[in-house]
Amino acid sequence: MSRLIAPAQHGSWPQRLLALARGRTAVIGIPYLWLLVFFLAPFAIVVNYSVSVMGAVRPEDIFSVVDGVRKVTINFGNYVTVFTDDLYFKAYVSSLKYAAITTAVCLFIGYPFAYFMARAKPGIQPALLMLVMLPFWTSFLLRVYAWKGLLGEGGLVAEFLIHTGLDQLMAGLGMIASPGKFMNTPFSLVIGMSYTYLPFMILPLYANLAKMDLRLLEAAADLGANRFEAFWLVTVPLSRAGIIAGSMLVFIPCVGEFVIPELLGGPQTLMIGRVLWDEFFSNNDWPMASTVAVVLILLIVVPLAIFNKYQAEAQERGR
Amino acid sequence: MSAMLSISGAKGARLFGRAWLLAGFVFLYLPIVTLVLYSFNHSPLPTVWGGFTLDWYVKLAHDQEILNGLWLSLKIAFMSATASVVLGTLAAFTLVKYKRFGGRTLFSGMVTAPLVMPEVIIGLALLLLLVAAQRLTDSPVFDRGMMTIWLGHLLLGMAYATVVVQARLSDLNPQLEEAAMDLGARPQQVFALVTLPLILQALASAWLLTFSLSLDDVVVSAFLSGPGSTTMPLVIFSRARLGASPSVNAVATVIIAVVAVFVTVGSLWIARAERRRAAEINAAQRDAG
Repeated sequence: MSRLIAPAQHGSWPQRLLALARGRTAVIGIPYLWLLVFFLAPFAIVVNYSVSVMGAVRPEDIFSVVDGVRKVTINFGNYVTVFTDDLYFKAYVSSLKYAAITTAVCLFIGYPFAYFMARAKPGIQPALLMLVMLPFWTSFLLRVYAWKGLLGEGGLVAEFLIHTGLDQLMAGLGMIASPGKFMNTPFSLVIGMSYTYLPFMILPLYANLAKMDLRLLEAAADLGANRFEAFWLVTVPLSRAGIIAGSMLVFIPCVGEFVIPELLGGPQTLMIGRVLWDEFFSNNDWPMASTVAVVLILLIVVPLAIFNKYQAEAQERGR
Repeated sequence: MSAMLSISGAKGARLFGRAWLLAGFVFLYLPIVTLVLYSFNHSPLPTVWGGFTLDWYVKLAHDQEILNGLWLSLKIAFMSATASVVLGTLAAFTLVKYKRFGGRTLFSGMVTAPLVMPEVIIGLALLLLLVAAQRLTDSPVFDRGMMTIWLGHLLLGMAYATVVVQARLSDLNPQLEEAAMDLGARPQQVFALVTLPLILQALASAWLLTFSLSLDDVVVSAFLSGPGSTTMPLVIFSRARLGASPSVNAVATVIIAVVAVFVTVGSLWIARAERRRAAEINAAQRDAG
């Protein structure tokens, strides 16, 4: 704000200050107001609906006037249902489960990928980075849809897995229902989600690993560590912030994912995003959909807090 | 240092690294490549290669449902990208320049929340808001349609645009703006003559990003669309739900081609702008020195 004290060339000081204040108010005010109306207010309504009762057409108001007496009806029944009814509870648990599996798969593929990218010749690293980001620009919906063809009957990947006999193993592990059938299984769901969110794992890991001071590895070698020990005891701990950032960036969107489970998951893989969707569009139960939404937000808040904490720490260290 | 590594680094490790990168890229690009290939496949089955054909493109050219959806999607994407960049720039400016004002924590939380909020929740929340507004005012303004979809995309796009512009703004050298102030420029002049040219390429990438996000969105659009406002992703989604369809492959190929051209031109333009800016800064520093 030091420039506020800059000598005024035009107009008197009060005038200038006034103009500045107006500019500042507008700059802050417009996006602020917009977010209050279109972000915060809608969530207040969701929370409101989650504790109201569904009427004939729309949810009943919480505040009502009956015989001249103001009445407040708050109904926590939906919350009780969410935690006691098997359908919702299972859906939350399996959403968390598939999000966790997807995160693990992305970490398994993405960590070595980011590592080798960061250790590739500096000249080709920008090109590799561009190649990782490019699929992000083509339609996400179409890329997910493409897996339907690849995993469906006679699809390229399906044929490959059958020829190598991997489908027997996968069926044995319960990833697919029976050998040769890949679509609408936990396997196709996890493949679709891993595929979509893999760049979100690779990018923060790469940013982290590319910054690493390679002299530390030399030091480890001088002190007698072999390559694997140096990797495990030096590189991996140093990349912890990247691992956490990448994992959260994969985990958080996966929990509430809708399109991928709908296209690739089939009826066996229950996910909460689909439950919410059905509650709203099929059952027309707005209060229940709102309750499901509120609980889903609460589920996401915890990993988000972890993510923010590590981001803040990484920024502190970067300074 | 590199000699050190190559002594201990066996050739095997480097080969393994290359193989892993290659496998990763195959994983990332296989679906895209097959979409393009199958769009030229005469056989409607994904298994069989029935010879080269352009039939699906001819069919696509007569597919009114998709064409209408595409036109609507392009209009919405254009409007939402433009508005997202405007609002996102204001929000980014607020976050970078004004470190202290009432409710700053709430503001920064609200700006980035749509990035992590599941889209089903954003769609549901906005729809409930529109329904409430409709009840209060009894006005057809809040009927679901193009403008409501635009509103939803704007909420998402603004969050992304803010992040992109904010990154650029916080990299800026504040002395440049201070110098302009010292030379007597009014705040609006400082913004138009100094800040804006410096962040122009960030605005361009934010615009492209929000445009492609809007063009791709299914969930928020599904909540906010009304009769007669079916965007292209909604058409594709409802067909993809039923199973593989060659016309979708053809759409996909067209989109991929357009995006490839857009991204290439966009990144070339950004690279050129970057070079020119670096050259100007160099020249300015030479003059000063």
